Amino acid sequence: MIRVILPPHLRALARIPGEVQLAVEGQATQRSVVDALESCYPMLRGLIRDHVTQQRRPFLRFFAQQEDLSHELPDAPLPDAVASGAEPLLIVGAIAGG
Amino acid sequence: MSGVRLLVGTRKGAFVLTSDAKRQRWDINGPHFGGWEIYHLKGSPADPNRLYASQTSGWFGQLIQRSNDGGKTWEPVGNKFVYDGVPGTHQWYDGTPHPWEFKRVWHLEPSLTDPDTVYAGIEDAALFRSMDGGQTWQELSGLRGHGTGPHWQPGAGGLCLHTILLDPSDSSRIFIAISAAGAFRSDDAGKTWRPINRGLHSQYIPDPTAEVGHCVHRIAMHSSRPGVLFMQKHWDVMRSDDAGESWREVSGNLPTDFGFVIDVHAHEPETIYVVPIKSDSEHFPPDGKLRVYRSRTGGNEWEALTKGLPQRDCYVNVLRDAMAVDSLDSCGVYFGTTGGQVYGSADAGDSWSPIVRDLPGVLSVEVQTLP
Repeated sequence: MIRVILPPHLRALARIPGEVQLAVEGQATQRSVVDALESCYPMLRGLIRDHVTQQRRPFLRFFAQQEDLSHELPDAPLPDAVASGAEPLLIVGAIAGG
Repeated sequence: MSGVRLLVGTRKGAFVLTSDAKRQRWDINGPHFGGWEIYHLKGSPADPNRLYASQTSGWFGQLIQRSNDGGKTWEPVGNKFVYDGVPGTHQWYDGTPHPWEFKRVWHLEPSLTDPDTVYAGIEDAALFRSMDGGQTWQELSGLRGHGTGPHWQPGAGGLCLHTILLDPSDSSRIFIAISAAGAFRSDDAGKTWRPINRGLHSQYIPDPTAEVGHCVHRIAMHSSRPGVLFMQKHWDVMRSDDAGESWREVSGNLPTDFGFVIDVHAHEPETIYVVPIKSDSEHFPPDGKLRVYRSRTGGNEWEALTKGLPQRDCYVNVLRDAMAVDSLDSCGVYFGTTGGQVYGSADAGDSWSPIVRDLPGVLSVEVQTLP
């Protein structure tokens, strides 16, 4: 299972109390994880990545193992520790605004 | 017993304020969607318990929320707003072409007859419609496509479609307004559109009487007389007696004719309200005095309404969607400020009192008169 930690606003929207555990078919990538996330929680569609372009929203970042993965290609494999569930994938909102 | 329900959208959530018909004691419920910008909420005239809300965020984009129980509970519905066909370009602030990009929903206007049909005015300016309770949205692309769209330019707040008026006497007639393109009308339920800006004069654009390019801030109508329209433009308060075919200025003795809101008394079609704001570079009331101005003559002759409103050191703004009137026998008038106050008057503006003082900045106020 892939573990994902969402920003508080998205957890509240999807009524997720803690981290999400997702079964991902095939290789674990940013795209396949977000696909699985949106499949389980349809209300998150369009909020992490744009409906049309499928681009990550600019004020969101993907982190794992203290590394910023945001600029990796969407189909690049996630680190083994994320794929195995040993470490979570963090989807983080920029610290900006008020 | 009858009552009223105020739907207040703020920079940090939505609030539902309820009172009986006396409108003296209020219950404040919220925040709903805390931390999110709620540009607008509005109830269906055909089913007062059906509400729609525009929830938006610079981080996460757009959500549309729907309630079937008058705002007690909500569920997210469709948030996919995709322009019809190849979106093309409008003008950017510097006059260069800029691709149309969806940013947010400014205004939701439920159908007068069908709770599942609702219109959305969006930025970058376009009109969308849902006929399945907000689950799916389709652009009424005749508006952007009628010919002037490539010349539209954003106002300071963005290229937003902020006003949608549905004609209660003619289901095929719709009025909309866009900052800073102007007013437009459809006579075939949104298929085709044309600008209705004759008589507007905007000295801040190259051709002050151009067909489009006017920064219309708000339009209001009375349901009994939908051919008469009142407009608060960037500068100038305007009136049309022919469904927008022509406009004339009715600013009269206002201390300044800049402002955002305008509304019409529920039972007196010639009684209108504005909140004058000092200027386009100083978005607060003149002299630090928060004054609603009322005209009982459809414009030109205005009286200041001050009782209960702060008359010193007040530097808030009242945004374009932040005034509403109820339809109780003694018409209630309500407005919200960027300082987080919501003021109400149960006597058509003669006297005011704060319903709540310390909300986040208010973006919109709507009212439902409940049986």
